[in-house]
Amino acid sequence: MESSFDKNALFANLNDIFLDLLPESLSWMAYLGTGLTIILIMVNAVLMLTAFGTYMERRVLGRFQTRLGPNRVGPFGLLQPLADLLKLITKEDLRPESADKITFFLAPVLMVTSMLVVVAVVPFGKDSFLADLNIGVLYLVGIPTIATVSMFLGGWGSGNRFALLGAARAVAMLISYEVPMIVSLAGILILAGSMSLVDVVQAQQIPFILLQPIAFFVFLVSASAEMNRSPFDLMEAESELTAGFHTEFSGMRFGLLQLAEFGEVVVTSAILATLFLRGWENPFIPADWQQVLPPQLWLIGKMLFFMLIFTWIRATLPRMRIDQVMAFAWKVLFPLALINMFVTAALVVAWPDPTYTQLWIMVGVNWAVAIGCLTGYTLSRGRHRQKPTESVRLVQIPAEVN
Amino acid sequence: MLDDYYRQYGLVLLLIGAAVIVPLSMMMMSRMAQMLHIRPHKPSPVKSDIYECGMETIGGRWVQFNFRYYLFALLFLVFDVTAIFIYPWAITLRELGGDALLTMLGFIAILGVGWAYAWRKGAFEWR
Repeated sequence: MESSFDKNALFANLNDIFLDLLPESLSWMAYLGTGLTIILIMVNAVLMLTAFGTYMERRVLGRFQTRLGPNRVGPFGLLQPLADLLKLITKEDLRPESADKITFFLAPVLMVTSMLVVVAVVPFGKDSFLADLNIGVLYLVGIPTIATVSMFLGGWGSGNRFALLGAARAVAMLISYEVPMIVSLAGILILAGSMSLVDVVQAQQIPFILLQPIAFFVFLVSASAEMNRSPFDLMEAESELTAGFHTEFSGMRFGLLQLAEFGEVVVTSAILATLFLRGWENPFIPADWQQVLPPQLWLIGKMLFFMLIFTWIRATLPRMRIDQVMAFAWKVLFPLALINMFVTAALVVAWPDPTYTQLWIMVGVNWAVAIGCLTGYTLSRGRHRQKPTESVRLVQIPAEVN
Repeated sequence: MLDDYYRQYGLVLLLIGAAVIVPLSMMMMSRMAQMLHIRPHKPSPVKSDIYECGMETIGGRWVQFNFRYYLFALLFLVFDVTAIFIYPWAITLRELGGDALLTMLGFIAILGVGWAYAWRKGAFEWR
């Protein structure tokens, strides 16, 4: 069985350093030491980016709403996340009498765990990654589901009706958006011919955002639903459910839930960058541009770009209604993902080994299909819109009343 | 080589361990702040009541909820399991060629009948 372990030059180099340091009898510890070093770097990078992400989101949202955002703590308010952390630590930790102790404790911990574990397969260089699993993409869609479970644990364990209703809503919505998300990635797998994320990045002669516009759209929408971000944050709709499943959480527990929520933005941005924007490579075609930045910075730059996009979506779109949300997943996104999968499959069957020109023809066909779907959807929506306007006209107040 | 294969999963296990330790240590920090009297801890019956509207809760804490949720769970089961069939097919499609594409079309068509039935019966409407 061929292994991608040998490709991991980062691991090999670090391992050599540890082997030099350790005596002969303790050589097995080099594996542990190397692994823990890489994990330390990765976890810290995710947590730092999360902290910066909260700051960036608040500043950018402030600008969108024509105000300044946090600017008091440190230069430009950069230390705001630290102040938030200190505040959360010093807040009283309340647990309602009726709460279930175990699930109430487990929910925030599991949320953060599931968020951090996903980054295991994200490569940050051609030969530097933690693990290049050959089921990478399946891992990416499988692990975040733990967050769904922990959400229900939290909602159920709170012993609060609002929390329970919010959790039930959350689970119904998350599992609905799971399906289009999974099917949308099939197109990428067809083109890449492998589930390993390193192979997926190297298969992108043209970034998959161009080759797979429908898959990108479906994945972006379902990912923001999975993260409970703004157009889909109705499980914590304040006006109906107080705060949804995290109504009862306070102090550090609430902090952990918020950390998981913002951390998922960072992790999802990393996944989007890897799958659709060539990961650690430059997002443009000319190969010389690769040298401008080290691969890690390319990846982080793309992550920041996607984080900005998520903030933009949050600032722009109002919250959807639950019936709209569910219908959108099953009636629009799921068939879209299937259409994309079959169009891509037909193209790959036609050209199993595409040349560069044929790849660009694929881009054209995929965009044509995307625009066709958009037009068809808009036309069908337009037909439905006719009915309410007529009924509104019936109840209009006659002019002579005034 | 198989050894190397499992070594990667060992690294993932290490990461899972680290990912459990991070939230636990943050909870510990909060707990230590309580011991150092930085964090207040003054429980009272009103505080440890659940957050509702200010009155005592009437009835049990668990309420019945809509049957719709089960329908979505069923649909999710049906279509999520297809991932197991779709992903290996997607990876090997390049070698398998057109026959595999037709087979998958047939498979999805059969599922599609169920999907259309669910739509027609109004399972996707939230009422």
